[in-house]
Amino acid sequence: MTNDSAVAAAFAALADPTRRLVFERLAHRSRSVAEVADGLPVSRPAVSQHLKVLKAAGLVRDEPDGARRVYRIDPRGLEMMRGYLDRFWDRALAAFKAAAEGRKEDARKDKEDDR
Amino acid sequence: MTSVPPVRKEVTVATTPERAFAVFTDGIDQWWPREHHIGKSPLKREVLEPGVGGRWYGVSEDGSECEVGKVLAWEPPGRLLLAWQINADWHYEASFVTEIEVTFKAAGPNTTHVVLEHRDLHRYGVRADELRKMMDDPKGWGITLRRFADAAAG
Repeated sequence: MTNDSAVAAAFAALADPTRRLVFERLAHRSRSVAEVADGLPVSRPAVSQHLKVLKAAGLVRDEPDGARRVYRIDPRGLEMMRGYLDRFWDRALAAFKAAAEGRKEDARKDKEDDR
Repeated sequence: MTSVPPVRKEVTVATTPERAFAVFTDGIDQWWPREHHIGKSPLKREVLEPGVGGRWYGVSEDGSECEVGKVLAWEPPGRLLLAWQINADWHYEASFVTEIEVTFKAAGPNTTHVVLEHRDLHRYGVRADELRKMMDDPKGWGITLRRFADAAAG
């Protein structure tokens, strides 16, 4: 998934106010479907459906917890950040090496590494 | 919470540890990637002040300064520990700290092995209170996600 389509998917998923409410319920802590539905004016199957959409958009993820599944926010922003830093340090250290070796070769220029 | 592996990079440089350390610190402006700058106008100069507590910042062409972090340990020519205090919103945040450790080891005459580790990245995890604020502002999410995407796209 490219970043643009990831962002678009996240937007689309959060455009629905009820889904946003569902998502917000997970901001505090991870919860099961029943726990998310508890206190919301939405049926459990509807909550399940919303969670499915959020999951497809990469905004939440689920894991088994005994017999039930527990949903939590997917720290995708964090992964993007790490990916950014990873590429950033590649570029920076290439430029540092050139500078330390007294070469003019400009590694500051953004050579896309195709990883 | 979620665990996030550190970003770890190694590079071998044809120079002495002393010079490698000096270029990394005093000479940071020679190699710091220009696109990594959070100020309003283009980066004119990147500065890393020597010694523990030394400031790390960029100077924009309009003269304004943008903090990046500070020096936590200064042990020339072998080791440098820096604080990187740019948060997930691309702003300097005094209470937000991730660490960058850089070691310089002689690997032969005129050869230095440099290892850089950027760690504590789990601190970029979404925090409930921030998230709540973002949820309160329908535009908030979009801006943050867009920033991440722009940044990730380089």
